[in-house]
Amino acid sequence: MPYRQNLSSIVGMLNRNDISSVELVQCFLDRIQKHSDLNAFISTDPEQTLKQAQLSDEARARGSSSDLSGVPIAHKDIFCTTHMATTCGSRMLKDFISPYNATVVELLSKSGAILIGKTNMDEFAMGSSTETSWFGPTRNPWHGDHVPGGSSGGSAAAVAARLVPAATGTDTGGSIRQPAAFCGLTGLKPSYGRISRYGMIAYASSLDQGGPITQTAEDAARLLQVMAGFDRRDATSLNKQVPNYLDHLCTSIAGLRIGVPSNFVDDAVNSEVLDAIHDSLAEFEKLGAKLVEVSLPSSKAAIPCYYVIAPAEASSNLSRFDGVRYGYRTDSFNDLDELYKKTRSEGFGLEVKRRIMIGTFALSSGYYDAYYRKAQQIRRLISDEFESAFKQCDYIAGPTSPTTAFGLGEKTNDPVSMYLSDIFTISANLAGIPAISIPVGFDKLGLPVGLQLIGQSFDEQGLLNLAHSYQQVTNWHEVIPTEFT
Amino acid sequence: MAWETVIGLEVHVQLCTQSKIFSGAGTMFGAEPNTQTCEVDIALPGVLPVMNKEAALMAVKFGIAIGANVNRRSIFARKNYFYPDLPKGYQISQYELPIVSGGSVDISTPNGNKTIRITRAHLEEDAGKLLHQQANNCSGVDLNRAGTPLLEIVSEPDMRSPSEAIAYLKKIHTLVRYLKICDGNMQEGSFRCDANVSVRPKRNDQFGTRCEIKNLNSFRNIEKSINFEVKRHIDVLKAGGNIAQETRLYDANNDLTRSMRSKEEAHDYRYFPDPDLPPLVISDDLFSETQALIPELPDHRYKRFISSYHLNEKDAEFLTSDREIADYFEQVVSICSDSRKSANWITGELLHRLNQNGLDIKNSKIAPPMLGELIQKINDGTISGKIAKDVFDEMWRGEGDANSIIETNNLGQISNTDIVDDAIDKVIENHATQVQQYLDGQSKVFGFLVGKVMQATAGKANPQLVNQILKTKLTRKHEISD
Repeated sequence: MPYRQNLSSIVGMLNRNDISSVELVQCFLDRIQKHSDLNAFISTDPEQTLKQAQLSDEARARGSSSDLSGVPIAHKDIFCTTHMATTCGSRMLKDFISPYNATVVELLSKSGAILIGKTNMDEFAMGSSTETSWFGPTRNPWHGDHVPGGSSGGSAAAVAARLVPAATGTDTGGSIRQPAAFCGLTGLKPSYGRISRYGMIAYASSLDQGGPITQTAEDAARLLQVMAGFDRRDATSLNKQVPNYLDHLCTSIAGLRIGVPSNFVDDAVNSEVLDAIHDSLAEFEKLGAKLVEVSLPSSKAAIPCYYVIAPAEASSNLSRFDGVRYGYRTDSFNDLDELYKKTRSEGFGLEVKRRIMIGTFALSSGYYDAYYRKAQQIRRLISDEFESAFKQCDYIAGPTSPTTAFGLGEKTNDPVSMYLSDIFTISANLAGIPAISIPVGFDKLGLPVGLQLIGQSFDEQGLLNLAHSYQQVTNWHEVIPTEFT
Repeated sequence: MAWETVIGLEVHVQLCTQSKIFSGAGTMFGAEPNTQTCEVDIALPGVLPVMNKEAALMAVKFGIAIGANVNRRSIFARKNYFYPDLPKGYQISQYELPIVSGGSVDISTPNGNKTIRITRAHLEEDAGKLLHQQANNCSGVDLNRAGTPLLEIVSEPDMRSPSEAIAYLKKIHTLVRYLKICDGNMQEGSFRCDANVSVRPKRNDQFGTRCEIKNLNSFRNIEKSINFEVKRHIDVLKAGGNIAQETRLYDANNDLTRSMRSKEEAHDYRYFPDPDLPPLVISDDLFSETQALIPELPDHRYKRFISSYHLNEKDAEFLTSDREIADYFEQVVSICSDSRKSANWITGELLHRLNQNGLDIKNSKIAPPMLGELIQKINDGTISGKIAKDVFDEMWRGEGDANSIIETNNLGQISNTDIVDDAIDKVIENHATQVQQYLDGQSKVFGFLVGKVMQATAGKANPQLVNQILKTKLTRKHEISD
């Protein structure tokens, strides 16, 4: 069945005319429909999507095709698309249709990919479980009572359940890697500036970065190839040559030094997760890599640092949702203040309001130095520590998350414990460096464990190579959740 | 007790760039609401700002012109507050590190020249406009102006009277137009000002509590609002009261200021560096390229006009108050080499005509070489000053240049002695009474006789020639009758 194939195989099938785009798209649309109880998608538009597939097949018949022609993909509902709504998981934008496409959307569309749907997410990407979505939580395909992780939980659940071969996500503090880990997938957060943020609804501008959620590292390379590059509409995107990731994908990792920070394996980490991580590291040693111990003491401060910077930026980024120009507007109001207060009180969910409050406080006159400025200093420190760690090693490895996917509702009333689930992923965002999560085993409940590999700035290729090498000798990435085989 | 007024000004200069400071949308004034906007200006979800290089270079120009520090690395910050004319809920401005720090301008006061120090000048975006009382008792939002680049120029509290404040403003106004970074149009809001005003007992070192007056859009209103505010402060203090630090709005209709918000109600703008914009870096190359583009500045040109063209201060000041006028003047002089006459014609006839037609000098119907040639025709005796005014009118109407108008209408002066001789003889013959009166010592009658000769020659006789011949002939008559 085509849906069991990974993205790279599907590209091959289409190129060999083993299957048409229409057949492929129909197959996935049927699965999305059949598994709608997963709640992985916020929007789909079967008719329009099939029409696109039809056009793609016709173009291919005329001899015109490009890298991803006819391949269905899903976008996290944070990317603005002119086709289908762009809700960001919020009541505030529940009916919002963007008049323009995000750069990433534009690039994937130019490469021939077909948008099959917009995936569920934590509201405005604020959350680690996809439970803060106005459209309800997404379920983990490996265990329906567990969360898929977040905030890109819809994308991860959709790819894991084989409802789509690949999807985009965004990662501000772990929102690609943690759901990839919870769903047994490969999730890459590229270096800050590698992929344009234009049209990606901002949560925390200095940390947000888009990336692929796929079955394999090779698939990730394929998507990254299309998504990466300088964009003159994003002043923070870097004008730096994009290498040919696929051509350079290799398995020669012998001699590479993998740093293992002592605090990545402390008692906060679940023992089953630890076991799987140790096994995977042993596998890397067999492949010729050397394990070295490194120290990242400041990463302890990563969570408090992140929970000042991210909410501060968010409090400002989300000010535009005021009920004046677009989006949700309260039914009745007597004056301007009431329009603002009611619109924002009704339009935003609890977690978003919590972070707006935290951020507003952190930036307030008299508190700025104690919070925001201090957090920026810590951020610099964390970044410097990575730099010196990378003098002793080429990559840094550890668990993506201290636990496997937790239960639905388990942490919704305990925000701090929810925040701690991103303890290992946040540092890479603060430092702006790339990191990837790959599946390396399961716990006793059958929930996947993810290994995180962190690289130096703009060394996405190295991360993909490590992940690819591992995936050539293991098959964790090929296991499909039982209900979805 | 004698009081001293202390004034500091914040001038908002709209930079005349083609596109907005952070988007590619146009900046045309007076367009249909929301037509000069794009997705960035209306702050759709997901959009990002990109710095307009032209706006940065204009700020650099200003910095160089006032002898300031142009910071090679400046930072954009977000100023957060809610208002419907501010689509993002924050204004992108500069806070801790502006593009321009320091600098000064000199103004002339009754006690001589005075230096006004400038604290800083920073780049920021303008807000949109609310249109009140639309259909259904709603207010409309027009975002055409949102994102228009502004340079906010903040002075030190160095001015001590409304007239010093106006002199400073006019100086800045002239300067930004010289640099071609702002059109200076106050009615359209391209040049706006907020005034910080306080008073203190004379010889007191401590500043008094200040009030900020907003909404000032003409030199006249600025002067009037400061006068009102100063009087209000003195009255309150004299009565034993205290001035509350607050923001006040000037109401031009009633010539008074009203409290807008108190210090307690002041916004906490929660400034922080804008993560969407990298630091604005001005490279050495860019700096020197910009430096090379700075024109001769008004102060220098004023002095040169006095020393090289021997103009009086009033004319020099007027002619250099506007770069286009000064350029026009210099072009006219280069043709006719008569700076005095050039100045007179420009400040007189030309200016009158421009004002009448509501035109700028750059839209003058008479180009500088045409005026230069006209002055030449007067100086070489081809036409009289009086005829020149007629020729000027014809030129304004587009009838051609001075030469062709003089030729076509046969306006050239009669310098042919025979013709003038004949005309004078006839006048003497026909006006025996007046001639006799002149001969009897009533010298005023001479003018009458000249007038008659001019009349007889349709005004074309060379007046000097007429004077000279008439005098000779009358003298001779006098000798004969003696």
